[in-house]
Amino acid sequence: MKCRVCRGPAVIDVRRHNANFCVEHFIEQCERQVAKAIEAFDMIAPGERVLVAVSGGKDSLALWDLLIRLGYDVEGLYIGLGIGEYSDVSGDHARRFAAERDLTWHVLDLREEYGYDVPTAAAATRRVPCSACGMSKRHLFDRVALERGVDVVATGHNLDDEAAVLFGNVLHWHTDYLARQLPVLPAGHGFPRKVKPLVRLSERESAAYCIVRGIDYQVEECPMAAGNRHLGYKEALNTIEERSPGTKHDFYFGFLDRAAALFRSGATIDAEGLSACVRCGAPTPGEVCAFCRLVERAGGHEPGGAVPVTLGRREQP
Amino acid sequence: MRAASGGSTMIVRLRNPTRTVEVQGGRSVAKLLNEFGLAREAVLVVRNGELVPGDAFLSNEDEVELRPVISGGV
Ligand code: SF4
Ligand SMILES: [Zn+2]
Ligand SMILES: [Zn+2]
Repeated sequence: MKCRVCRGPAVIDVRRHNANFCVEHFIEQCERQVAKAIEAFDMIAPGERVLVAVSGGKDSLALWDLLIRLGYDVEGLYIGLGIGEYSDVSGDHARRFAAERDLTWHVLDLREEYGYDVPTAAAATRRVPCSACGMSKRHLFDRVALERGVDVVATGHNLDDEAAVLFGNVLHWHTDYLARQLPVLPAGHGFPRKVKPLVRLSERESAAYCIVRGIDYQVEECPMAAGNRHLGYKEALNTIEERSPGTKHDFYFGFLDRAAALFRSGATIDAEGLSACVRCGAPTPGEVCAFCRLVERAGGHEPGGAVPVTLGRREQP
Repeated sequence: MRAASGGSTMIVRLRNPTRTVEVQGGRSVAKLLNEFGLAREAVLVVRNGELVPGDAFLSNEDEVELRPVISGGV
């Protein structure tokens, strides 16, 4: 196989683009795809500051690296989820990545700061771990973004992630979620803008990017994810993709182009009903936000006071 | 991980959980993936530390990693 650009030996075949690339031109291709997504969806304006949600996995480290290469002003935030060895190893990968490149990043540990971790939260709430985990991460990314005065929170969701979520939402006709499943969520009502600059890269491309850039990421899966529905949707879509490359892209971007707006018209984007959480000040439809309720149930009580966000050690190389 | 045993077989490293198996070399990446029942969209193949495309030929001296790329989180 030869590189589409230079005819040198290719290291990867990207069937949905019907193209093969050498290392240099694959990196260029990834940069171009991310730049294109950022521009097409007005994700980040020149001069804006970005907080990258870092897990130590391929997507978040690829995203961090790509945003820096594209010249953005980026800092990382890693949240220690307390998922045993998986979290320890993930944290090591994030730490090493930041240290080797002399990057600014922050660490927040759920157990240290709030007295709970994802497994105990799952047990206390009797819900799947990903639900407490996702909610904690969203809340803390918002909080730290506002505290740090950054404009945008960027997450490493890739094309496969978005296509799988869309697939699930369509299978179950979650029309309210369909109205909100966009690569950019605008800022407002106490939330920073949220963007997904990797939506034009597949999961395989994001992993390949890490390999060719020498980024050492956490390859092992989160043990909490095993067998979840999301994984099943990804496998189903990949079975289709094998037979007709480009299907995931068409499914997701076709939705954004031609269908998403139809769901938005009927949906209540209910920012109106939000007020400040009496404990932490985060926007919430109730009196106490879901995060503070989780902290109360899963961790130590914080009687009467706000739950402080103290940024963890600013790691220095 | 086991050391390559005199080049008579190829060491294949698999993940989740991490383990290694030895198989006969002399086949393409695409063929190896088929034999392991792995979808091309779901794995990358790293030979002796370098990414290789589907038509790359694997031989007995090679150390090959079949690296899954599918993550399950939300
Ligand atoms: S798989 Fe679920 S529990 Fe594990 S890190 Fe991702 S969201 Fe959290
Ligand atoms: Zn090239
Ligand atoms: Zn709160």
